[in-house]
Amino acid sequence: MRLPEPCGPLSEGVVETLRAQPVGPHAVPEPRAMGDVTYPLTDRDFQLALWILYELHYRGFDDVEDPRAEWDPLLMVSRAALERTYEHAVRELVAETPQDAPALEDLGDTPAEQVTAALVRMTARSGPSDVAQFLHRRASREEFRSYLAERAVYHLRESDPQSFVLPRIGGAAKVALAELQYDEYGGGRADRLHQTLFARALASLEMPTDLAPYVAQATGATLASVNLMSLFALNRRLRGAAMGHLAAFEATSSLPCERILRGARRLGLPEAVQDYYDEHVEADAVHEQVAIRGICAALVEDEPDLAPDVVLGATACLAVDGLAGEVLLESWRSRRDAPVAG
Amino acid sequence: MSERRVVVTDCPGGPLLVRGADEVVGVDGTSAAVERAVVAVCRCGRSERMPWCDDSHRDRRRRKKP
Repeated sequence: MRLPEPCGPLSEGVVETLRAQPVGPHAVPEPRAMGDVTYPLTDRDFQLALWILYELHYRGFDDVEDPRAEWDPLLMVSRAALERTYEHAVRELVAETPQDAPALEDLGDTPAEQVTAALVRMTARSGPSDVAQFLHRRASREEFRSYLAERAVYHLRESDPQSFVLPRIGGAAKVALAELQYDEYGGGRADRLHQTLFARALASLEMPTDLAPYVAQATGATLASVNLMSLFALNRRLRGAAMGHLAAFEATSSLPCERILRGARRLGLPEAVQDYYDEHVEADAVHEQVAIRGICAALVEDEPDLAPDVVLGATACLAVDGLAGEVLLESWRSRRDAPVAG
Repeated sequence: MSERRVVVTDCPGGPLLVRGADEVVGVDGTSAAVERAVVAVCRCGRSERMPWCDDSHRDRRRRKKP
C-alpha cells in the first residue's frame, strides 16, 4: 500500500515527513493546524493523519522507505499529540452520552458481576442499527457497495488491533481473548480468516481488495471508528477500554449482520458477500459471550481498577460507531434527495 | 496433549457456550456438526439457526409464536 493523498495540513505534515528520507526532525502536527480542529471525531484530515501514524504499526506503506519510521521519536510525539486530542474528544462524547444505567457498585457484588451486568445492559438497548435496517430493506446495490467500501477500512484489518492487547493482559482474560482471536483468524483455516472472507466479498463484486482505495475515500467518522480501536489497543493503560470496546462491538454485531445478510439476499448479491455476514451471525453470538463473560469479567477480577475503563471503552464504541453510522446514513439520504443530473 | 474435555458454560439470559464437542443433537434427533472451537447453543428457543444462538434473545421485537 502506498501513502494516502493528504487532505489538509495535519495529514500533509505526516505524509511529507514520511516521504522524507530518512525520517528526521519535523514539525508535525503543526500547532496552528491542531488548533483549527474543532471536532476531531469527524475531521477527516485529523483522523487520516492519526490513521497513517497507526498504520506504521500494522502493515506500513511501500513508499515509506525508512523502516525505522514506526518508532521514530518525533513521529511518536506527533502521534501522542493527536491521540491526546482524540482521547479528550472521545471522553467528552462519552460524558455527553445519556446514562440511565445505575452506578457500577449497584450492579453486582464483585467487579466481574458489575461489569458483566453493565455490558449486557448497555448493549441490550440497541436493536439492529439504522444502518443495518436500511441495508436490509431499502439499500440499492450501489448503496450496499458504498457500505462495503466504507467498512473495508476496518474489515480488511479485522481483529488486528485487539491482537496488540494479548501480551498486556494475563490469566483467564488472555486465554479468552486468544480463543476469540483464533476464531476471527479462521480457526486454523487460512480460507476462513475473516479479513479474507471480506476481501472475497469485495472481489465477488469486482471491488478492489487492497486497503488504499478505501482509505482514500473513507469519511473522517469511519477513520475515527477504526482509530479508536488502535488508540485503545496500542496504549497499555487503555487495555480495559480496548476490551470493553471489543465486548460492545461483538455484542452489537450478530443481529445487524443477520439484517445485512437479508439485504444482500434481497439484492441477489454474490454468495461471497452473503457468506461474510452469514459467518458473523453465529460467530459474533459466540464472541459476545466470550468477550463479556470470558474476557472483560476475568480482566476486572484480575485488575478491579480497570472496571470503569471497560465501561468507558464499551460506551465509546457505541457512541463513535453510532456517529459513523449516522454520517453514512446521511450521505445516502442526501444523495437520494439530490436532483438527478440529466 | 491433555485428555480432551467437553466444557459447557452457562451464560445467564443467553446461550450455553460449549467447548470441545463434536456434535450437538436436537430433540428431533438431527445432529449439527460443531465447526468452531467454541459454539453458542440456543436456550431461548427463538433462534432461526437452531441449535446455534443467533442473538435473537436480544431482539425484543422478534418473538416467534410457540
